[in-house]
Amino acid sequence: MAHADLAASTEQALGGAPRKQQLIERLTAELPADIVLHADEDLRPFECDGLSAYRQVPMIVVLPSTIAQVQTTMRICHANDVPVVARGAGTGLSGGALPLDDGVLLSLAKFNRILDIDTDNRRATVQPGVRNLAISEAVSHLGLYYAPDPSSQIACSIGGNVAENSGGVHCLKYGLTTHNIVQIEIVTVEGERLTIGSSALDSPGFDLLALMTGSEGLLGVIVEVTVKLLAKPELARVALVAFDDVRKAGDAVAAIIQAGIVPAGLEMLDNPAIVATEEFVHAGYPKDAAAILLCEVDGTEAEVEEDIERVREVVEREGATEVRISRDDAERALFWAGRKAAFPAMGRISPDYYCMDGTIPRKALAEVLIGIGELSEEYGQRVANVFHAGDGNLHPLILYDANQEGELERTEAFGGAICRLCLEHGGSITGEHGVGVEKIDQMCVQFPSAELTQFHAVKEAFDPKGLLNPGKAVPTLHRCAEFGAMHVHNGELPHPELERL
Amino acid sequence: MQTSIIPQLRDTADGQEADRILRACTHCGFCTATCPTYQLVGDERDGPRGRIYMIKQVLEGEEPTEKTQRHLDRCLTCRACETTCPSGVEYAKLADIGRELVDQKVQRPLPQRVVRWLLRHIVAYRNRFGFVFALGHFFKPLLVGPLAPLRQKMPPKQERIDWPQADNTQRTMLVHDGCVQPVAAPNTNAHAARILSKLGVRLIAPKASGCCGALSQHLSHREEALDFARANIDAWWPHIEAGAEAIVITASGCGASVAEYGYMLRNDPVYADKAARVSELTRDLSDVLAQEDLTALGDIGDGRKVAYHPPCTLQNAPGLHDNVAEILTQAGYQLTHVQDPHLCCGSAGTYSILQPTMANELRENKLASLNAGAPDVIVTANIGCQLHLEAAAGIPVRHWIELLEPRMAQPAAA
Repeated sequence: MAHADLAASTEQALGGAPRKQQLIERLTAELPADIVLHADEDLRPFECDGLSAYRQVPMIVVLPSTIAQVQTTMRICHANDVPVVARGAGTGLSGGALPLDDGVLLSLAKFNRILDIDTDNRRATVQPGVRNLAISEAVSHLGLYYAPDPSSQIACSIGGNVAENSGGVHCLKYGLTTHNIVQIEIVTVEGERLTIGSSALDSPGFDLLALMTGSEGLLGVIVEVTVKLLAKPELARVALVAFDDVRKAGDAVAAIIQAGIVPAGLEMLDNPAIVATEEFVHAGYPKDAAAILLCEVDGTEAEVEEDIERVREVVEREGATEVRISRDDAERALFWAGRKAAFPAMGRISPDYYCMDGTIPRKALAEVLIGIGELSEEYGQRVANVFHAGDGNLHPLILYDANQEGELERTEAFGGAICRLCLEHGGSITGEHGVGVEKIDQMCVQFPSAELTQFHAVKEAFDPKGLLNPGKAVPTLHRCAEFGAMHVHNGELPHPELERL
Repeated sequence: MQTSIIPQLRDTADGQEADRILRACTHCGFCTATCPTYQLVGDERDGPRGRIYMIKQVLEGEEPTEKTQRHLDRCLTCRACETTCPSGVEYAKLADIGRELVDQKVQRPLPQRVVRWLLRHIVAYRNRFGFVFALGHFFKPLLVGPLAPLRQKMPPKQERIDWPQADNTQRTMLVHDGCVQPVAAPNTNAHAARILSKLGVRLIAPKASGCCGALSQHLSHREEALDFARANIDAWWPHIEAGAEAIVITASGCGASVAEYGYMLRNDPVYADKAARVSELTRDLSDVLAQEDLTALGDIGDGRKVAYHPPCTLQNAPGLHDNVAEILTQAGYQLTHVQDPHLCCGSAGTYSILQPTMANELRENKLASLNAGAPDVIVTANIGCQLHLEAAAGIPVRHWIELLEPRMAQPAAA
């Protein structure tokens, strides 16, 4: 269990006190003292990100406000073999910004300025700490917006979006972060500045920008991002569709796509999720529905009118009990508001929740949902489902109470079972939240060791000493061996080629 | 979030209340997006989530130092975070508990204690503050050091206008006459009384009422705040029994506090019911006017440009409803577009005095957005914002009610 490891490693940190003192001295010799935090009282608020079940007080937090300060921090840490974890808004749900007890946590939250808006080329150059939604707000008066819209878009930072290759409700049509950025600037582990990508649509050589996107802070520290801006569609309308059976809702999703409609967003909430979000947003979701779909179509007025009618036909054929079409933008925003606030709204019905992030082929949707329902009974824990139905990206939210002993462990086991269920249906363990620490063991199930070895080779090319966010995203083969020993599935030992520890 | 409150706090009313609030928090970080101080400094410790975390540490037995105190002090208590929180975390209630707990453990340096004492013992009392205010106009040059921000806040003395003749045939409502406003802007309530009188409502301001208690509440003296609340309830109660329809609030900062009397006094067997009733009757002036037929007031705005600054308390405090923009538009004013209306102006009660650096930076940003549309006048609905903005605005800053009086309709000349 990852958090048990962490508790043990905190104790080891005591032996590292002189090393900490040395590093503080070296950092404060070149950086303002008030941006180098080292007292426990100051460090605590940084011990976790949006996944608060995993906590680790960092050795030191640095709060730079200039790229030069980032470079200085990286240079000093590299010279002293100190690992560095970069953190944006700290809204991540996979523990990607979980600190290390012997490492520096590098907060990029002070980098919150929009540097340039280029309307001719429809680009915006922003600092990494700029909030996702702030970009769209800043260009709204120009009729433009930035397409990827993770549910945390009000708070999450663009740097974090790039690091996790974030999606959002509209990525079905407009793609993930990787499809919506053209250039980034990073500071390497050695402290050098490096520009990756270009303002041109394509550049020769390997597509390093795609490699960097979703690399979860393992390859470099993002200090500037140039994003694509899109013209706001002339019109967008969303259909709120209710079903009395989860299976029918799942089938309707497949049917919509099969009909050749490309919705701008296609989302699903099951009953527990509907009830919890309705309490907060009052979006008018039917609380007695087994599931609702939110299906948005956008484009010109003629396109939208035609598509929304086709959506209505399809879902009615699939057994929808109610279809409501947004009449104006205010109502459309209201329909979406419930979906966007769905995760944290769980705080109203349960003290804690654990958000999963598997993907599956769309056709398996109904089957997997029913499987999750069965697992919920098996583990004796409630689960609410909120997800990007259109691209088969599930977000089961397992509800638990961290104050009850053993519940987190049971929740994690439940989560692991959901991951395996996704894989069995040809899916993957993460759609958009990243692997972080949370799903690192499931990486062993997803990838054979040959592929993991190649991942490590890529990492080594950027970071030979392994100082950038170590322990996240790509598990070591030994970790997989240990994990495999615990989860022997169908009598098959994962990675049988490895020596057991 | 997981909590483990230490035994000696766990069984207290505060400990249980704090635990209840903390358990709702999922650490998602949405709150940071609308927090004025986090947006300014980009430091987890200066955002709601970080502050919640620091309070949690103290409740779990960590010894705080002046650092935790400083970051809690830097919170404006604007409650913008509460409106963004999908989990319904009642941050302001937790902050009050946390601040008092930290203040019990960390003694402030003498100058801070003196300023805080003065705020609680002078400013919160209308007569004492009035006396000092009058003196201040003579001795402005002596306001130095930690008192310097007061000097800048001192508006010119208003020439008092008359209240309307009492008409006993009219419906009645109470108006809260607090501590700072009757001294620094005595005409605000008089304007409210005159306008309401035209609409058939007699406004009553019982002499015995006073500070709403917010000053003490946010300066870690919650018991003292309860005494202020009880005194106000006593002053209002006979009128409520006699049929007063509402307690009209002309300073939303006080309104936010009065609207919470029911919560504050929920464990007081004598006052709980009365307090709940008082909170129920509490309404912002704009909310009251919006229910009345205003056509009699006519088109007095004549298209003049007004920038409206909605106070945080009016936007975020549960129980208060803001109809200012609609009323002014109906009265013929043209409201200019103001960017980021959800961000605090930095006044925030005593904040502008205790945290001048942050307050002034917030004010600078706020005035830039307010002035962007080149308005003739800036209006707001809270005395704190009004004085804080007026000190640096360069154009008149008024309570919006003044614009509904024909003789006040030429703001530039007034």
